[in-house]
Amino acid sequence: MKINDLIQPFVFLLLVGAVTPLLGGYMFKVFSGKKNILTPIFGKLENLILRVSGVNPAEEMNWKKYLWSLLAFNFAGFLLLFILQVVQKWLPLNPQGFGNVPFDLAFNTAISFVTNTNWQAYAGETTMSYSVQMLGLAVQNFLSAATGIAVVLALTRGIVTKLTDNLGNFWTDLTRSVLYVLIPGSVIVSILLMSQGVIQNFSSYADIKTLEGVSQVIPFGPAASQIAIKMLGTNGGGFFNTNSAHPFENPTPFSNFIEMLCILLIPAALTYTYGKMTGSKKEGWIIFGVMMFLLAAGLITSMYSEFSYNPALNTAYNLEGKELRFGISNSVLFSTITTDVSCGAVNAMHSSLTPLAGMVTMLNIMLGEIIFGGVGAGLYGMLIFVLLTVFIAGLMVGRTPEYLGKKIESLEIKMAIIAVLIQSAFILCLTAYASVTESGLSSLGNTGPHGFSEILYTFSSAVGNNGSAFAGLNANTVFYNIATGIAMIIGRFGVIIPVMVIAGSLAGKNKSPVTSGTFTTDNYVFAVLLIGVILIVGALTFFPALSLGPIVEHLLMKGGVLF
Amino acid sequence: MKKNNKIFESSIIRIAVYDSFKKLNPVVLMKNPVMFIVEICASMTSVIFISELYKGAYSGFNLQIAVWLWFTVLFANFAEAVAEGRGKAQAETLKKARKQTNARKIEGDKEKIIPADALRKGDVVVCESGDIIPADGEVIDGVASVDESAITGESAPVIRENGGDRSAVTGGTKVLSDRILIKISSEPGNTFMDKIISLIEGASRQKTPNEIALTILLAGLTVIFLLAVATLPAYYLYGLNSSGLGTENNISIPVLVSLLVCLIPTTIGGLLSAIGISGMDRLIKRNVIATSGRAIEAAGDLDVLLLDKTGTITLGNRMATEFIPVSSVNAETLAECAMFSSISDETPEGRSIIKLAKEKYNLRPKELLPEHVKFVPFTAETRMSGIDIRLTDKPVRVIRKGAADTIEKYIEQNGGFYPEDVNAIVKNIAGEGGTPLVVCENKTVFGVIRLKDIVKGGIRERFLHLRKMGIKTVMITGDNPLTAAAIAAEAGVDDFIAEAKPEDKLVRIRQEQANGHLVGMIGDGTNDAPALAQADVGIAMNTGTQAAREAGNMVDLDSNPTKLIEVVEVGKQLLMTRGALTTFSIANDVAKYFAILPALFTVLYALNGSAGPLGLLNIMKLASPQSAILSAVIFNAVIIVLLIPLALKGVKYRPLGASTILKINLLVYGVGGLIAPFAGIKLIDMFITSIKLI
Repeated sequence: MKINDLIQPFVFLLLVGAVTPLLGGYMFKVFSGKKNILTPIFGKLENLILRVSGVNPAEEMNWKKYLWSLLAFNFAGFLLLFILQVVQKWLPLNPQGFGNVPFDLAFNTAISFVTNTNWQAYAGETTMSYSVQMLGLAVQNFLSAATGIAVVLALTRGIVTKLTDNLGNFWTDLTRSVLYVLIPGSVIVSILLMSQGVIQNFSSYADIKTLEGVSQVIPFGPAASQIAIKMLGTNGGGFFNTNSAHPFENPTPFSNFIEMLCILLIPAALTYTYGKMTGSKKEGWIIFGVMMFLLAAGLITSMYSEFSYNPALNTAYNLEGKELRFGISNSVLFSTITTDVSCGAVNAMHSSLTPLAGMVTMLNIMLGEIIFGGVGAGLYGMLIFVLLTVFIAGLMVGRTPEYLGKKIESLEIKMAIIAVLIQSAFILCLTAYASVTESGLSSLGNTGPHGFSEILYTFSSAVGNNGSAFAGLNANTVFYNIATGIAMIIGRFGVIIPVMVIAGSLAGKNKSPVTSGTFTTDNYVFAVLLIGVILIVGALTFFPALSLGPIVEHLLMKGGVLF
Repeated sequence: MKKNNKIFESSIIRIAVYDSFKKLNPVVLMKNPVMFIVEICASMTSVIFISELYKGAYSGFNLQIAVWLWFTVLFANFAEAVAEGRGKAQAETLKKARKQTNARKIEGDKEKIIPADALRKGDVVVCESGDIIPADGEVIDGVASVDESAITGESAPVIRENGGDRSAVTGGTKVLSDRILIKISSEPGNTFMDKIISLIEGASRQKTPNEIALTILLAGLTVIFLLAVATLPAYYLYGLNSSGLGTENNISIPVLVSLLVCLIPTTIGGLLSAIGISGMDRLIKRNVIATSGRAIEAAGDLDVLLLDKTGTITLGNRMATEFIPVSSVNAETLAECAMFSSISDETPEGRSIIKLAKEKYNLRPKELLPEHVKFVPFTAETRMSGIDIRLTDKPVRVIRKGAADTIEKYIEQNGGFYPEDVNAIVKNIAGEGGTPLVVCENKTVFGVIRLKDIVKGGIRERFLHLRKMGIKTVMITGDNPLTAAAIAAEAGVDDFIAEAKPEDKLVRIRQEQANGHLVGMIGDGTNDAPALAQADVGIAMNTGTQAAREAGNMVDLDSNPTKLIEVVEVGKQLLMTRGALTTFSIANDVAKYFAILPALFTVLYALNGSAGPLGLLNIMKLASPQSAILSAVIFNAVIIVLLIPLALKGVKYRPLGASTILKINLLVYGVGGLIAPFAGIKLIDMFITSIKLI
């Protein structure tokens, strides 16, 4: 390992920390309706959009109304995307003349993009026309990210306000996050990416002769605009099949750096926004700290594993499967954060990671995508763990548990445990089913523990709404399309619904004032507790499965056996 | 009430052992999801063992697992039974006191003897000395001394009279003197005594809100681990296939359920109800009866306490603390004068004046012949008291003491001179929270006696503790704001309400609650009832009225107002114990995984006949896969028994502030919970292998 391999991730994470308060502070202004730097540009447009849509921005919604608006909106998005795919043949901007997408694949893909998963059972350049990519996929990239933000805003309002039903207005929140955060961000990022050589055109694919004299088809398309939101919105669905390992999606080390930064940008900044909304920036920073700690712990494990001597290959650098333009360090950093953040974009194939680094990517997802996590989703997922921690440990100070003055009682605990349980249940059960049935096993690209990891990773990725693939597994089968489709819905709405119930319940409660007898959550002791609960409740569940996948593979590799 | 400090008493143990078997009834156990799962696991293992035996295959391992799983359930049942047993023992003593009595019911102008349990609400009975009061009621006529030792354990009789705040009588207590008419206020089987007994016995125990929430959490964790274990055979099968081993080698049910039982939170699941019952028990030991477990929980949450000044913060009476003479008189002369003025004064204030004179100036009341003196008692008309001394060879001494304005008027009427510096002294005393009494002889003012409310010893420290616990104290007094402020400062309360009317309490409680505070108060009078009902924890004194006792959610049998502080501590202890054991229970899982998983997985992916690579996870170096599993199961069962004393006694509460308490408990139960099972399982493994159990 060279010192450069360490400096780069370090500088990167430092930059994330530095940008967090800037963007977080800006989002705080945006979401609390305060005047901000973009109000002069978008203020009128915002009002116009809301007026035309018939939304009264002053109308406050209770949790049911907020949730129904959200579900209806997402369902409409699903339908639209599904229809666009199955009638693709008759739509314009289809220079390659792709046919209609098969039903099971269209179902899977529609869910995938609506749930911010962006699991891709298809290859973009051989399946989707430009119009479906732009009108369908890219649009959902914006909207699914905005949905995540809306949920965390509602939950935060539930925590912050007292004795009320009001959680804000879904339509306003949605409009604001698209207008003030996602669109300006995407414009800036696409321009930066294009400056590095990411393509943006409507050309037909080019047939060229390579130096070796064989002919090769070079796909084109409006990539830059889609890649910007794919990263910023933690969507991860690549324009091309190889995602950010493709030179048209990620041509230079600088574009790689920008893309990585974009993955973490909004999820990290939302912790700061949260702190501002609760009135104590420290609350936000503690959550940021816990997330950063878990990220760093995973990163260090992966780096250690990747830079260790591998007796099976007799090499100290595991370059197999890495994008050589970026090297091991940047590939490992990318793989860690893309799984921490529920993004799912990849610049190297996770299947090629050493077993322990592969385990880190899996574990990151299994914890519930709470290490920064998807836009909005990561924070509300983390807050679920915060509530569980407060409940378990809060009793130890001799008071019934409360978080930021709100009593945590049966209903909150019931919902929190459902949110955690439902994710574990689906990952465990679907993996179990697939690992013993022909329909599951026939898609495997590898044998032994590595094959098991492929299955485990697939369902973790679907339930966690990550969307990255371990690769090696052929996911475009009817079984996998339907199973992962269901897993994605459950992983998304199985958490959103309980979270909204909690938001409604907390909003209706009174806030007890802070005294010296209060269990406080803005200190390092709480951070340690939170990490403990996440690891014990979140990770131990998967310890048996991980033992039979990456852990045993690692031990075997040390004995010189590969799969 | 019998104070029972030993946790394990042989009589209780015997009943508890019997009860722990009785509690195996699945219908009963179903209320506790965690232990119910363990029972199912134990049954499954037993059935497998027996069916194998039937087929002629004896598995000592399966037998031992089955036995220890049954023990796990029994130990949990035992914990609950012991906790209940201690309550039952106390209830027995009460039941003995509640003899079958007859009542003398008044019907029209006749008296009719009927059995006490035939009395209905609204009936009127008469009780004379020697009678047992047949049921709860209100004195509507007469005054009597009553022996209430049956419920309070206090042998000194108390006075019960009609009207006012001393009118409630309790069924089962005994009239010692005089005759009273009682209007019955409860239906049979629903008297105060009945309620106490059923509460202590745990018969009417319901799960408290926090207990319900915790049960949900534990059930949720149980389901998560159930899934983790239930999916394991599928993963294992994949591993077996990949390792080229036969599918018949899949994990056996006894091993699977062992893993399950070790992972689900059995420690807290088994001890949860014992913790709740013993919380109530600890209150009863302090002679406080909570009418619901909810109230004890709420007590831990209190952050505002409303306390009456008199009797709680200060001793009941004012005491003389200083003689301040006017400039022309010396202090001893004033003291002598003051002493004479108080010779006949039997009030506590008067006695304290004599005592002070004796202590400070060694003055004693001289023998005065009755014919030489005339006592002038305090009357509402004169508002003075004093003495006239007529010794034959001396001029008559007319000594008076009274409030400043009264004496001023008296002196002026007699043509005397009321000196200016007296006013200064009087004002000064009042400003410091004292009560000035001016003393004069004939037409001359001698000086002022300072009477002061005496703040109870140690109360300041208790308030300091409360503040550290995050609890604000509010003193309620009828005194003027100046006096109230001075006493508040001296006692160290955080806030006070001066010149308080009864309804002020209610207003204040509502106000605090609207700001999210949880308020506790102690009260006895009928006019306290609304406030007691409004407060989150309202402790009624047993000497109080029936209305007050019904309004509150706790009754203090000792009628000691400072009890509120102990009640808060009991509440906090209860919650802390729950949290500590939950944390401990969950932290234990790490070690159990490291004991059982390597044992299960060691056969997979084995190369060239050596042990499989996952054997490396056996960081405890346990002897064999079977001993590892059995050790984990044994540890899991035994830890329940070892923690029973902690569950019953409660985690020690120290008023240190939340963050310090958290750090201590986290270290002891969190970190301890991580480490303890590693050591425990290793030791058990060494032991069972050395005696060749496996």
